[in-house]
Amino acid sequence: MGPDDDTLAADGHWAFGTGFSDPLSGLPMPPAGADLAALCLALGDDALIMSHRLQEWCTRAPELEDEVALANIALDLLGQARLLLARTGRDEDELAFRRGAGEFRNVRLAEVPNGDFAHLVVRLLVFSTWRLALLTRLRDSDDEALAAIAAKGVKEVAYHRGYAARWTIRLGDGTAHSHERTRQALAAVWPLVDQLFAADGNPRSPDPADLREEFDAVVGHVLAEATLTIPETAAETAAERASRDEHTGALAVLLEEMQSVARALPGATW
Amino acid sequence: MSTFEEVIAADRRIEPRDAMPDAYRATMVRQIAQHAHSEIIGMQPEGYWITRAPSLRRKAILLAKVQDEAGHGLYLYAAAETLGVDRAELAERLIDGRQKYSSIFNYPTLGYADVGVIGWLVDGAAICNQVPLCRSSYGPYARAMIRVCKEESFHQRQGYELLMTMMRGTAAQRELVQESVDRWWWPSLMMFGPPDGDSPNTARSMAWKIKRHTNDELRQRFVDMTVPQAGRLGVTLPDPELRWNAERGHHDFGTPDWDELKRVIQGDGPCNAERVEHRRRAHEDGAWVREAATAHAAKAARAAEAAEAARAARAAEAGRSTKEEVA
Repeated sequence: MGPDDDTLAADGHWAFGTGFSDPLSGLPMPPAGADLAALCLALGDDALIMSHRLQEWCTRAPELEDEVALANIALDLLGQARLLLARTGRDEDELAFRRGAGEFRNVRLAEVPNGDFAHLVVRLLVFSTWRLALLTRLRDSDDEALAAIAAKGVKEVAYHRGYAARWTIRLGDGTAHSHERTRQALAAVWPLVDQLFAADGNPRSPDPADLREEFDAVVGHVLAEATLTIPETAAETAAERASRDEHTGALAVLLEEMQSVARALPGATW
Repeated sequence: MSTFEEVIAADRRIEPRDAMPDAYRATMVRQIAQHAHSEIIGMQPEGYWITRAPSLRRKAILLAKVQDEAGHGLYLYAAAETLGVDRAELAERLIDGRQKYSSIFNYPTLGYADVGVIGWLVDGAAICNQVPLCRSSYGPYARAMIRVCKEESFHQRQGYELLMTMMRGTAAQRELVQESVDRWWWPSLMMFGPPDGDSPNTARSMAWKIKRHTNDELRQRFVDMTVPQAGRLGVTLPDPELRWNAERGHHDFGTPDWDELKRVIQGDGPCNAERVEHRRRAHEDGAWVREAATAHAAKAARAAEAAEAARAARAAEAGRSTKEEVA
């Protein structure tokens, strides 16, 4: 047995017993084109920043079961972020820790500060319903890596959406107090929805109108079960039309914390 | 049917429905609850660093670790519930200070090196304490410990690997690791509890085979295990009396500040108030959510009952019509 055989044997062993196989293992990775890199960066930043907001809930959940579930969702999104950022062809940590707020491409929905548990649940419902619609379509991408990342993500985000939907129904239908809090959370989150479906001019992005149709159907169904209605919103404002390089002040504050240790020790290895 | 004493003498397990002395039950509830509380409070000092982790890989490792701790807490509360206590009641006892948690979590985490040192020393000490508990006489606790120990062992390796990486990094990183070891070494030794001469519950717990080794035996085992790891890492343990004793076949080491341990256990450590206050706030902030879930479940149950009644009525009606037709 040569050294290569040893490596192969070791590779097979790390996932021993899981039945895991990686169909992309050893596949030559073509350089990401500009459109592909831009799409992966946007999807990766959404996952990274949304994961951060979920991480902030750690040790603050209303029940231990939710502590475990929220950490799980945060971990899934962090995993998606790492794969997607890697597919841009750049270093994940350079992207996460060395960019300023203006260089991030996440949607505003992911970055606004946390509110109460109703806000968390409604934001997660909107985010995961939209993201599941997106990833479902990207499973057919002609980039094999992106298609594989999307296929993995679909399984994860389907769980996230189910978790958020179940809690939206519990809170909306629960007590008068929880109903009112959830109504307020929906009113706070809803103005951030239109940005999710803005055309970005990237030929690789799925058709926003198609995504919106699925989104409206799913969210409408959940809200009806939760005895809630979609808030009346005024005509679209500039904030709603904002492109992905325009952020709220909250992103800079978030990044200051996220990048604090990495920036404090230049040249360090982790 | 074997008596409690026969089961203990034969080194078998006491199970939830078995007869057991009240004092054994009370001791097990106290110990398992304290262990569960330690997992939950222990999420705080490390959880603070998740959003600040310096690489995405370290972030994923730390997030998964803190999630494991929540899972251990759940698992252990479930083990405590087999003894007839309620999880909500145990949560109250933690918040109002009637039940304790490990004193180690009342020390602050000041930098990312602390994440590594907690993994190496604190989880290392926890493993020394907990591996013998896999053979503890109370079945549900012993079985819970098997899984907990596997995960703790993983955390300890991850902590040590972080420190190894930092020691290979810049001079500033090496200094941070040493500084962190200096702060955590003595509190880690205190995790085994007071010295044997000052540990009133040890004899009974050993007779009941809840505990398998004394505090001092476990402390010695931890020191012997850790000294070569410190050498390999390239850090100095802050104890001038620490040296190998060939005659004993063990390391000699200095005496921890037992007054400090007493103070921290009695609530006067650097972070006691902060840790419990954080837990209280999370618990109180979540009250309306738990109430909503209960209310929704009750409504759903009533709706299901009504639907079932309607279905039965329809079936009865259909049955009558059929009979009428036949008649």
